[in-house]
Amino acid sequence: MATEPVGVTVAEVELVAPGMALRRPGLVTIVWRFCRKKPLGAAGGLLMLLIVVAAIFAGVLATHDPIATNATSTLARPSSQFWLGTDHLGRDIYSRILHGARVSLIIGLGSTLLGSVLGGIIGLLSGYLGGKTDLISQRVMDIFQGLPLLVLALVMAAALGPSVPNVIIAISIPIIPRAARVIRSSVLTIREMQYVEAARGLGVSHLRIAFRHILPNTMGPFIVLCTAQLGSAILVEAALSFLGLGVPEPYPSWGRMLSVSAAEYAQKAPHLVLFPGFAISLAVFGSNLLGDALRDTLDPRLRGA
Amino acid sequence: MRSSRRSPPKEAATRTYVARRLAIAALTLLGMSVIIFVLLRLAPGNMVDILFSTGGYVSESDKQSIMKELGIDRPVWIQYVDWLREILTGNLGKSYRYDLPAWEIIKPLLPVTIELAILSTIIAVLLGVPTGVISAVRQDTTLDYALRVFSLAGLSMPSFWLGMVIILVLVGWLGWIPPMTYVSPTENLKIHLVQFLLPALAVGYRSSALITRITRSALLEVMREDYIRTAWAKGQSGWIVIWRHALKNAMLPVITVIGIEFAFLIGGLVVTETVFNLPGVARFLVEAVLWRDYPVVQNLVMFIAIVVILSNLFVDMLYGWLDPRVRYGD
Repeated sequence: MATEPVGVTVAEVELVAPGMALRRPGLVTIVWRFCRKKPLGAAGGLLMLLIVVAAIFAGVLATHDPIATNATSTLARPSSQFWLGTDHLGRDIYSRILHGARVSLIIGLGSTLLGSVLGGIIGLLSGYLGGKTDLISQRVMDIFQGLPLLVLALVMAAALGPSVPNVIIAISIPIIPRAARVIRSSVLTIREMQYVEAARGLGVSHLRIAFRHILPNTMGPFIVLCTAQLGSAILVEAALSFLGLGVPEPYPSWGRMLSVSAAEYAQKAPHLVLFPGFAISLAVFGSNLLGDALRDTLDPRLRGA
Repeated sequence: MRSSRRSPPKEAATRTYVARRLAIAALTLLGMSVIIFVLLRLAPGNMVDILFSTGGYVSESDKQSIMKELGIDRPVWIQYVDWLREILTGNLGKSYRYDLPAWEIIKPLLPVTIELAILSTIIAVLLGVPTGVISAVRQDTTLDYALRVFSLAGLSMPSFWLGMVIILVLVGWLGWIPPMTYVSPTENLKIHLVQFLLPALAVGYRSSALITRITRSALLEVMREDYIRTAWAKGQSGWIVIWRHALKNAMLPVITVIGIEFAFLIGGLVVTETVFNLPGVARFLVEAVLWRDYPVVQNLVMFIAIVVILSNLFVDMLYGWLDPRVRYGD
């Protein structure tokens, strides 16, 4: 130890000195702190985790084939054989809900990520470059925001035709302007910070500043945005499938399980309507709870409010 | 700053602001018309194909003549220019499906949707504002948590499902089946109101969530202001301070949200009108989309866009009128 040159130690102390004296807390600590401070958000996270597990292990957890029809047991009440009953074609609702979680999550996550990433890039460039780029992209975003999310998705879905990738695209389009707006506004603040100025002074290229120096600092609002949009993406998917414009048969989808054919039997077999709706509501509720708590934690403007 | 707030400059500033906003709105709508038009042309299968698939085999020459009659054999950009001209002259084109002018089909559907939208908004405000106020006043108590979960639950349920559950509960517990065919107010006002109240409740509950949230956070912010502390210090009673002093200023963001929610509301109506079998514009839009009735879809979507953009503009104006501190211009 004594042989170590003194200078090195001094340099290390200086490097570590002001802000970084505290070690960055590990993931477990972060999660634990979050759970303690935001019990509702943690509950939402747990709910989402459950749904993700259900979606991944749908094949193992399901008791029946979700698409197999069974003429002898149509509209069966919930029982030990059919935990949540069967629909008008004798398909097991419990198994269909599990497999439906896959569709809802794939479409929800897919469209949220696609929309947020595209919107995020537009927001980043528009906020960083400013000027004409900003003006034009903001006007274009205005155009897309002039329509209700569902109406735009409806027209898009009808235009593209029913398939999983098409539904993802249709739902992601209305998310783009929302993401662009959120990221742009945080880029506008970050752009003026001293470290960005310093990077520019060092001759770092604009593209590198935008993506390496500014982008990582917009992650907070970005995560918040994604969680918040996930809920509405799942809802829009449900509505589109309900209207017959979503995922085509034979994929079981929560929205289509509620569609007109189910409504016809609702009086005779209320479980047909109740359970898929519960599934949608729980998934959206979970992502809303989590999104709210994340916003309080990650968005510095709202901290303490 | 102080002098420029006197009336003449402010009026002039407001006028330029309105003019600018109107110009932007017009540009936005023009852009939207292009997007809608292009989107609908991307759709696989046009109207003629659909007509033919239901009508069995028809010769190619018949197909050509029908396409000519419908005007969809011409170059796309001519169709677009034609459409724009039609909109500007107030002629909304003809529905392929009904063989009627689109406006004649849409006109009788408007009151249904407007009534539903107004009722839903009233319910959303009646539900959202008090919940938000109580939530803010009792911040971080069990009651606050319960109310927040209640409003978040509203945001999480698909309004069409909520509608279905309301019907199920009415039938299952009360043994009463709400009338599922539309009854006009002149026919039977009571049944008509019940018929509208149920979907309005489903949509309004959902919309109230956002109002609750904004009311809560706006009120929390205002309550930290000095003048509120002064009011408390003067010994004024709790609720007077909240209703007379705090809520007045907290209402501004709430009003903006009500305006913005209009778009949200229409989205909710799209499915709710279908569930409750109400002959409104939103349900008709769904049908038209499913039938690929281009002129009707184009015009309805444009119509919705115009309503949304104008309502946003209106709310911004209202904002300035309610809060004299707001100045327009750069």
